[in-house]
Amino acid sequence: MRDGRGTIKRKAGLKLWLSGGWLAVVAVLTLFAGWISPHDPLTQDLFASRLPPFWAAGAEPGYLLGTDSLGRDVLSRIIYGGRVALTVAIIAGLATAIVGSVLGLIAGYYRGWADAVISRLVDIWMAFPPVLFAILLIAVLGTGLWSIVIAIIVIDWTRFCRVVRAETMNQSQMDYVASAVVAGHVRSAILWREIGPNVLPTIVALLSLEMGIAVIVEAILSFVNLSISTDAPTWGGMIAEGRISIHQAWWVLVCPLIVLFLTVLAFSQFGEGLKDRFDPVLR
Amino acid sequence: MTAFLEIENLSAAIKGTPDRLLRSVSLHVNSGEVCGLVGESGAGKSMIGKAVLGILPSAVEIVEGQVRLDGEDLLAMPQRERRRLIGATAALIPQDPLTALNPSRRIGPQITDRLVDILGWTKHDARTRAAELLDEVHIENPQRVLASYPHELSGGMRQRVLIASAFAANPKLVIADEPTTALDVTVQKQILRLIREMQERHGTAMLFVTHDLGVVSKICQRLVVLFAGMVVEKAGVSDFYANPAHAYSKALLSATPKFTEPFTSLTPVDQTVISAVSEQVEAADREWRHAH
Amino acid sequence: MHTDASMFKVRGLELSLPDFANKQPFGRAPMVDILKGLDFDIETGSVLGIVGGSGSGKSTLGRTLVRLLEPTAGSIVFEGSDIGHLDETGLRPLRRRLQMIFQDPMSSLNPRRRVGAIIADPLRIHDLDRIDERVDEALDHVGLPRAFRARYPHELSGGQRQRVGIARAIAMRPDFILADEIVSGLDVSSQAQVLNLLENLVRELGLTLAFISHDLSVIRRLCSQVLVLNRGTIVEYAPVEQIFDAPKSEYTRELLDAIPLPDPDQPGW
Repeated sequence: MRDGRGTIKRKAGLKLWLSGGWLAVVAVLTLFAGWISPHDPLTQDLFASRLPPFWAAGAEPGYLLGTDSLGRDVLSRIIYGGRVALTVAIIAGLATAIVGSVLGLIAGYYRGWADAVISRLVDIWMAFPPVLFAILLIAVLGTGLWSIVIAIIVIDWTRFCRVVRAETMNQSQMDYVASAVVAGHVRSAILWREIGPNVLPTIVALLSLEMGIAVIVEAILSFVNLSISTDAPTWGGMIAEGRISIHQAWWVLVCPLIVLFLTVLAFSQFGEGLKDRFDPVLR
Repeated sequence: MTAFLEIENLSAAIKGTPDRLLRSVSLHVNSGEVCGLVGESGAGKSMIGKAVLGILPSAVEIVEGQVRLDGEDLLAMPQRERRRLIGATAALIPQDPLTALNPSRRIGPQITDRLVDILGWTKHDARTRAAELLDEVHIENPQRVLASYPHELSGGMRQRVLIASAFAANPKLVIADEPTTALDVTVQKQILRLIREMQERHGTAMLFVTHDLGVVSKICQRLVVLFAGMVVEKAGVSDFYANPAHAYSKALLSATPKFTEPFTSLTPVDQTVISAVSEQVEAADREWRHAH
Repeated sequence: MHTDASMFKVRGLELSLPDFANKQPFGRAPMVDILKGLDFDIETGSVLGIVGGSGSGKSTLGRTLVRLLEPTAGSIVFEGSDIGHLDETGLRPLRRRLQMIFQDPMSSLNPRRRVGAIIADPLRIHDLDRIDERVDEALDHVGLPRAFRARYPHELSGGQRQRVGIARAIAMRPDFILADEIVSGLDVSSQAQVLNLLENLVRELGLTLAFISHDLSVIRRLCSQVLVLNRGTIVEYAPVEQIFDAPKSEYTRELLDAIPLPDPDQPGW
C-alpha cells in the first residue's frame, strides 16, 4: 500500500546519515589521534601563541584552527579532547542505560512492592539538583575518568528508569502480552522476549541522548576543573581556558564549543533516527 | 429542494504520487436531506467529508474537481474566505466522542468558544444557546453538564454534547463521520434518532459517513456506495435495499449480518466481485490518465 | 474422574478491580465490582455466546475464564478441578488447553515477530513435537498460504491478521477457546469470512467456544447457547432460539430491538 511512510523513512534516513556521519568522523579522529593530529596537544610554543585559524589573516600553515595562548595547536587539542568525551559517552551511556532500563523493566512489569521501592527511589533521587550532585560526588570520589563515569551513572539512571517503566507498563497492557500468558510463557520470559524488544527502540533513543548528556556533563566538570588531570586536553577545559582570552583569541573558545555542540546534537538526532529505523510498524 | 453541497469530479492523491485516493467523485446533498456515504475501510469515505471541510491531512492534495457549498466553489476561494464560509455554514459530528472533546476543559466553553470567537456572539447569548441546545438533545440538567469535564460523562452523553455543539450555529450542512461506531447498540439507536430529529428540525443537509448498511437504512434518504475512492452506486434508500444495482453493493448487502435471517446473511464478498470492481477502477484510472 | 457433560462449572464468580479514577490522593483506590456473583455451566462441545453492552463485564468474564485474571471470590471448575485460584505454576499445564483469540489482532500479535514464529511459539513452550507441520496445518486450517510464515503482522490485512490469531489458538489443539469480539474491528466482507471460518473449525475440530460479542446478529449465526450480561450480572442464559424468538428479559429485548437491520422498514425505528 502506498501512503506517507516513504517520506518519513527518507527523512529519518537523512537524519541518521548526517548525525551518524559526524559521530563516525569524531570517532575515527579520536581513535587514530596519534596519527591524525598534526601536533602534540601538550607541546607549548610561546613563539607561536594565539595564531588565528587558517582563514584569518596572519595564520600559519600547519595550525588549521590556530593556537591558544600557550601556543598549543587547537585542532590537536580538540581531537585529543574528543577521546575523553567519547570514552565517557560510551562507557557511562551504556552503563546508565543498563542499570536504569533493568530497574525500569522490573518496576513496570512486576509492579507491586518492587515498583513501589524503585519508584520511591527515583522520586527521591530526582529531588537532587544534578550538577550539584555531580560535583558532590566528584568531591567524594576524587577526579578522574572513572569518577566521572560513576557520577553520571549514579545521577542519570533515573532518566532511563522512569521512561522505560512507563513504556513497559504501556506495553504490558497490550494484548500480545496477554496472548503470551495464554500461550503459557513464564513471566520472566514474557518480560525479556516479548516486552523487551518492544521497549528497545525507546532505550536506544534514550541511550544516544544519554551519550550526548554524558559529553556535556564531562565538559561541565572539566570546565570547573573537576575532570581528569588538568593538563590533559578536554573540551570543557578548552572552553574554560578560551573564555579567559576571548578578546584576543576567540577561536580557542569557539572551535571546541562548536564541536561540542555538533557532537551532542548528533547524538540526540542519531537516537531519533535509530528509533524510527528500528520500528517495523513506524508508529 | 436545492442541492446545498455539490461535489463534482473530485480527485485527490498523495502529494507527488500519481495514484488517486479519490477517483472523480461526484455527489450532492440537498437541504433537509440525509445522504449516506458507504464503503469499507480504505474506500475514502471519510476523506470526502474532510475534503469538504478543508481538513485533509497535509500529505493529501486535491488534484481536480469542484466542491460547491450553496453554489460557491470552495476550492476556488482564498483560504481565509473559505475557512470563514465553512465555519459559518458547516459543522462536523466526529466519530470518537472521547478524543473530540478536550479532556482538560469544561463542556460549556467547548460549545460556546466557536460561537463567541468565530461568529461574534456575546458570551451571555452563547451560554444561553448552549443550555438550550443541551436541552434540545435531551440532556437533563444542562447547567450541570455545561460545568462538567468530558471524563465525567458517559460515551452516549459525550456524543450528545458533540451533536449539540455541531448544531449550535444553525449550520446548513452537517457532516457526520461514523458518529455511532464507538457506541453500544442501545445507545446507538438513541443517538441515531436524535441526529435524525435534530436534522429534521433544523432542515439541515447532512452527509452521513458510515460502513454500516444497517445504520444507513435508518437515517438516510439516499446513499452513495464507494469502493477504492470511486462511486459505484448512487440510489434512493428504498430502491437500494430492495434491489441494489451494482454487484459490489449486492455483495456488501449480503455480507451485512441480519439476525432475523442468520443463514442467508453473512455471505462473504466474493473474490470475483472484488476483482470485477477493481478492474472497473483500473479502467477509470486509465481513462483519467489518458485525459490528462 | 470427570464424567459430567460440562466443561466449565462457574459458581458465585465475583471480581473487583481498584478504581483509580476515583482514588483519593492518599490511601487505597476504592474497589469496583465488575462481576457480581455469576453461576453458569459451559457444556463440552457447545458454542456459548456472551453478549452485553460496554461495562457489562463480558470481557472481564472471558479473561477470568481463561485465567488471565484471578476472581475475587467463587469457583471456576474446569474438567472437575477448581482453577479459580491456581498460581502461575499450577496454571502452566492448563495454558495449552485454554486458548484465546483477541479483539485487536494488531496489538495481540507481537509486531516484531514473523507469523511463523508467532504461531510456533506457544507450541515450543509446551514442548510439542512436529512444530513445523503443526504450523503449516494451522495455516491451512485458516485458509492462509503457508508462505505467510515469513510475513510480519503489519504486512497483512485486518482479516488475515485475525486468521493468524485463530491459527495460533487452534495450533495448540486446545479444549476451549475464548474469542473476544474478534470480528468487531473488521469490515463486513472479512467479518463474514472469519465467521464462516470459525463456524467450520468448530464443526471440524469439535471445539468448545465462548464467543464474546456486542453484536447479536453474529451470535445467532454461531452460538448454541447465549449468556446476556448487564452490569456484571446474568440477565438471561438460554438456548439461542429462545433468546431471539422469546426473550424473557427486558434488557435482551432492548438489545434485539436496537440492532439496525439493513432494512428501511424495520419496525420499532
